[in-house]
Amino acid sequence: MESKERLDVNGQLTLKELPYIISWDAAKCTRCGQCTAVCPQKAIEPAVFVQRLVTSDGSLPLPQTVRQVGHGIRQVTDIERYCVGCGVCSQVCPNDAIFPEYNEAHKFAFHKNQKGVPYKRGGRRNSTEISTLDQLKFTRISMLTDPALDAGRHEFHIRTLLGRNLDPEAMPIIVKDDTLGLDETVFIPPVREIFPIRIGGMSFGALSPHMWEGLAMGVAYLNEVENIPVVMCTGEGGMPPRLLRSRFLKYFILQIASGYFGWDEIIHAIPEMQEDPAAIEIKYGQGAKPGDGGLLMAFKVLDLIAKVRGVPTKVDLASPPTHQTKYSIEEAVAKMITSMSMAFGFRVPVYPKISGTKTATAVLNNLARNPFAAALTIDGEDGGTGAAYNVSVDKMGHPIASNLRDCYLNLVKIGKQNVLPLFAAGGVGKTGSLAANAAAMIMLGASGVDCGKYIMQAAAGCLGDERNRCNLCNVGRCPRGITTQNPLLYRRLDPDKVAERVVDVFKAADTELKKIFAPMGRSTQLPIGMSDGLSVSNRDIAERLDISYAC
Amino acid sequence: MCRLSAIISDSYFSPMENIMALETMKEGHDGSGLGLVLRDLGGEFEDLKEFPILSGICTEKGLKTMDEYMVSIGFKTKHLWDPKIKEQKGLKSRGFYFVRAYEYPDWAKEAGQKVKNDLLLKTRLELREMGLEDESIIIFSFWPDLITLKEVGDPLEVGLFFGLDDNPLVAKNIFAQGRQNTNYAINLYACHPFFIEGYTTMTNGENTAFVPIREFLTSRGFPGYVGYRSDSEVFCHILHYMRYQLNLPLHYYKDVITPLFDREMESRTDKKAISLMKKCLRPLTIDGPNCVIGTDIDGTVFMVQDAKKLRPGAVGGAPGKYALMSELCGVDAVVPDRDRSKDVFPMKYDMAMIAKDAKEIKIWNQKNGSMSTVN
Repeated sequence: MESKERLDVNGQLTLKELPYIISWDAAKCTRCGQCTAVCPQKAIEPAVFVQRLVTSDGSLPLPQTVRQVGHGIRQVTDIERYCVGCGVCSQVCPNDAIFPEYNEAHKFAFHKNQKGVPYKRGGRRNSTEISTLDQLKFTRISMLTDPALDAGRHEFHIRTLLGRNLDPEAMPIIVKDDTLGLDETVFIPPVREIFPIRIGGMSFGALSPHMWEGLAMGVAYLNEVENIPVVMCTGEGGMPPRLLRSRFLKYFILQIASGYFGWDEIIHAIPEMQEDPAAIEIKYGQGAKPGDGGLLMAFKVLDLIAKVRGVPTKVDLASPPTHQTKYSIEEAVAKMITSMSMAFGFRVPVYPKISGTKTATAVLNNLARNPFAAALTIDGEDGGTGAAYNVSVDKMGHPIASNLRDCYLNLVKIGKQNVLPLFAAGGVGKTGSLAANAAAMIMLGASGVDCGKYIMQAAAGCLGDERNRCNLCNVGRCPRGITTQNPLLYRRLDPDKVAERVVDVFKAADTELKKIFAPMGRSTQLPIGMSDGLSVSNRDIAERLDISYAC
Repeated sequence: MCRLSAIISDSYFSPMENIMALETMKEGHDGSGLGLVLRDLGGEFEDLKEFPILSGICTEKGLKTMDEYMVSIGFKTKHLWDPKIKEQKGLKSRGFYFVRAYEYPDWAKEAGQKVKNDLLLKTRLELREMGLEDESIIIFSFWPDLITLKEVGDPLEVGLFFGLDDNPLVAKNIFAQGRQNTNYAINLYACHPFFIEGYTTMTNGENTAFVPIREFLTSRGFPGYVGYRSDSEVFCHILHYMRYQLNLPLHYYKDVITPLFDREMESRTDKKAISLMKKCLRPLTIDGPNCVIGTDIDGTVFMVQDAKKLRPGAVGGAPGKYALMSELCGVDAVVPDRDRSKDVFPMKYDMAMIAKDAKEIKIWNQKNGSMSTVN
């Protein structure tokens, strides 16, 4: 007979409340203990069970019951130690005895705000709906009226421009003896020719040293060996000092965000730089958590990160939601763009990144008038983050497709669609269709796209998904070693393998883009704004994006 | 694919020559239309060089509207030419096919060229707009020394329909296009050659970059950049834009529509300028395959095509008469007794140009940045 206290379990959660329930097979388990050792959440622990066994010895069945003590594992119901479904336990299990199962009926959201602290996490928006980008189809296929191209043999020029282009009417061209010259006293903004898919800003700090190094090596290889000029944004937090002074700097976009982390180091390195960076990105907002600043939690602020960022170790590094200088867009954004341009001798494109918002066109119109604004990146709601409040990730933000389209058509209206390139981010490659999503965004009017989550999954096997799997990026316990500063964890990640996968991914995307553009008869210029190439089988989307409906 | 037939000569000839050349190239156009542009006019228009000529089609109602409008803004009719319509099988008259030379309004007679150009453009667009809804007025061109005729049907039958076999019209520069209808319903505004302020072009092939180019042109704020019932109309407006608005020399048309790869620019002395132009005019890059034949405002005729054009157009002839055709057999029909070794097939870097005097072919090689002459 149990005591009354033992039966009173109110205040405790049942396993059914939790998003993942561990399925454990006692018969297969060897009791090696590896799963409990590796679990980043300590969601399972060794346990002792009292078992009542029915046994029978001898040649005749003479069943008798025996009470004996057994060993195994037990999933805890402590909400702080809930199973995140990462599945590392299954990976280390020598006998396939354990795996986490998703629990559709979980009640996680009712409990994950203990002590008055809202749920914070990393990852992406938890939504399994099919994104608009994934619904777009390429329907203008060149058939007999014009020959389609051969993606394998025809020469393609899959490049875009990052940087402001002068209004054609303002080109400082001089005609002399039927030949053109340039009036070189006129300022011509810097423009880079790059591959239209960039690696979006993921900071050195949010990412582990091995992950960052792998990405950087992959990018350098793509540029120098594969002739695919991919550029990568640093995110906020600077970059490794040696790289800053290396010839590879030209493949990186340096991001400055509201915390200005890493910029003391960058500014001091300017006189020693061998190359200019690809561009400067001023981050005003992030699609995954609009209106929220950056957040690098204390778990991840270890020695190297603290040094690069110029801060003490093991303190939360919160970048404010807005730049402290941002009194108004007219003054502060323009001033910041001008100051950053000036710091690099007006040789480097400087552009803002904002989160997707209904007010994007207002920002855009302002930038269209600013002669130093090099581009605009808009980051939609399906972007990822290393750390944010769950409510921001899930509920805040604007889908990228219509936001980008509105901005492009707005530029068309004022005739500046080629002056100010738009880059779109947030959900590109969300379900693995990187090239198709990129091509669709380009045909809606983007000059290029950013990807972040895609590259983490494809290059490093990030375990996160749209059902809140893993998402431990914020607490530095990434089981893959991607978003952690703990050497025990990031040693699991081989930077060379990450680099190889980065190269694989972009080579494959390059081919896939050709396979999309070739049948549409496009090869010499990126089909920016070629909206007649797109269709969708949803009338509302078709009308909203001003593309055709096809079913 | 549409068939293109352009002839430039130092003496007057009949558009039937162009049409007979189209006949030899017939295997390929489906007879869905004929467009003709005659410039440098002879015959009854020879002494009317400075008077703008309005070309188009209208109904009786449209004719009344047009006359009232032209009178109201001060244009006076100077000369009229109406084709003697000979009904052909399958071709029915739409109403009045008109070619009318006007005197400028008094206030504009002494005005500068720009003022006159603006007036002609504005008048053409307003007439076009007036007749657009009920199709009571269709206007093709309004420009001195330039006539346009267009009708849907087999080119030879359309020529006979207009009575051109009796040689009522002659000119030194004639463009004819035998239409192969592709994307759009047959609409006379979709028929080549296209015209804007003295620039004309006709094209074959399909322009896959049409939508971004159209968006770029319509966002320039220039009132004449309207229409676009055909994807090929943009070639004419690009020519106008780069010549009239950007003041670039004619041969830069090639660099505008088919820019070099950066690595190919090395031998160009104007590398910096064309590199900048390539970026700033990025939306105007065509993505072919297209062959474009056009006439510059000064009467220079040219042919240019992009790298994807698998069968290039041909230019051939002798001093005094040259033919620019989408197929070689068309050249043979017009100038059979020429030195064929001097035929020019403008390849992906070339632009062939023949000035108004029809003395020689100039070939601009975009990659070398060099001009050579064939005569």
